[in-house]
Amino acid sequence: MIGIVNYGIGNLRSVEKAFHAVDSEAEVSSDEGRLAECDGLVLPGVGAFGDGMDGLRSSGLDRIVKRAAEDGRPILGLCLGMQLLFEGSDEFGAHSGLGLLRGRVRRFPDTVRVVPHTGWNSVTPARANPLFEGLDASPYFYFVHSYHVESDDDADVIGTTEYDGVVFPSICARGSLFGAQFHPEKSHTAGLRMLANFAKVVNGR
Amino acid sequence: MDLALNPRMLAKRIIPCLDVDNGRVVKGLRFLSLVDAGDPVEQADRYNREGADELVFLDITASSSRREIVMHMVRDVADRVFIPFTVGGGIRTVDDIGAILGSGADKISINTAAIATPSLITDGARRYGSQAIVVAIDARAREDAGGWEVFTHGGRQRAGLDAIDWARQAESLGAGEILLTSMDADGTRDGYDIRLTRAVSDAVRIPVIASGGAGSIDHLREAFEDGGASAVLAASIFHFGEIGIADAKRELAASGIVVRPADRVHE
Repeated sequence: MIGIVNYGIGNLRSVEKAFHAVDSEAEVSSDEGRLAECDGLVLPGVGAFGDGMDGLRSSGLDRIVKRAAEDGRPILGLCLGMQLLFEGSDEFGAHSGLGLLRGRVRRFPDTVRVVPHTGWNSVTPARANPLFEGLDASPYFYFVHSYHVESDDDADVIGTTEYDGVVFPSICARGSLFGAQFHPEKSHTAGLRMLANFAKVVNGR
Repeated sequence: MDLALNPRMLAKRIIPCLDVDNGRVVKGLRFLSLVDAGDPVEQADRYNREGADELVFLDITASSSRREIVMHMVRDVADRVFIPFTVGGGIRTVDDIGAILGSGADKISINTAAIATPSLITDGARRYGSQAIVVAIDARAREDAGGWEVFTHGGRQRAGLDAIDWARQAESLGAGEILLTSMDADGTRDGYDIRLTRAVSDAVRIPVIASGGAGSIDHLREAFEDGGASAVLAASIFHFGEIGIADAKRELAASGIVVRPADRVHE
């Protein structure tokens, strides 16, 4: 069972239905006990970094995510959920994150004319990963974000995306930790395939 | 389509628009005697498979149970269609916004209500993020040719606002995108109002969706290349099957516009 961590932020229904569409068991939950029993977790999220971390901490679910990481249970952060896996962000003041991956979250520079980065863009894999199984060489996914990750460890960056002259890590992995800046649950066939690939990682353990 | 060399660039989006009345898709039925082409999920699924990048549902239901009908439709679509979609029509309050987003829509669009209550943009963006708030602007060229004037209530009332000024203001209030409809071009099939599209695209730093007047694939290309639009919205040319979205994308790609190719998933 994949637990979709409900910390009061974002559209979780789509994530759950997307897993169901690829015949994977997944459920939205805010219950610590229930999530602690799940074989893998998805950390979704839209909105501001500070609000997201506040939501995680006040619900106590930050501990559940950290424990899953320690146990080596697979975790997939989506959009803001990916950003929260990192050490911190400068969005509306400095905020600390979960610190499971090394790096920070920064706003697109002023040289980027249109923000948020909204729409379909391609991901170029930087290294092989089970999440890419069965996908095009540079598949398209749906993005919507104004901030992006700056990783301090290149080995964690498994795919990059370019927007208006800025190349940023659009998908990261370190062991059983995964993060995607885009929304696979809104990325049609390619996105569903990636979620199925994550489910396979979860169930293959 | 041979797109072995995917350019590393944000793709231009093609967005079909579906008018919905009482939970049924209605546009097109006036002209074609199709009895049942109106199931929103079926229509959405069809466009999804053809390669639409997003969908917009414009609700025109005039009924006291409107909200329930719309939320039911939104849930049905969200459960089965895995591309982003926007719902517009009849949204007046932050609670309305929350109800639709909570049912599974990715974005809402507001037009008349945003002008009547500009704080709705800010409050919605603060609670749900700018990416979820699309401000729709219906504009018509002034008769003295001095810019474009904003209209509300489906184009029946002058808002007393300049389209460029209002677009800028909507952006600063927290809008994540502008859905820009030229009332002069709408329904003509003579092409988008490129001057209007360009003027608004140049004035703001959020994506602009061009709407009104599409009659050919060339018109889509013009809106991107000359109008600076991030996305194009069209209704009738897609509904009547005159232009397939896959064909449009193939032709646009051939003329050098970056579009998302049809998905290919390999075993």
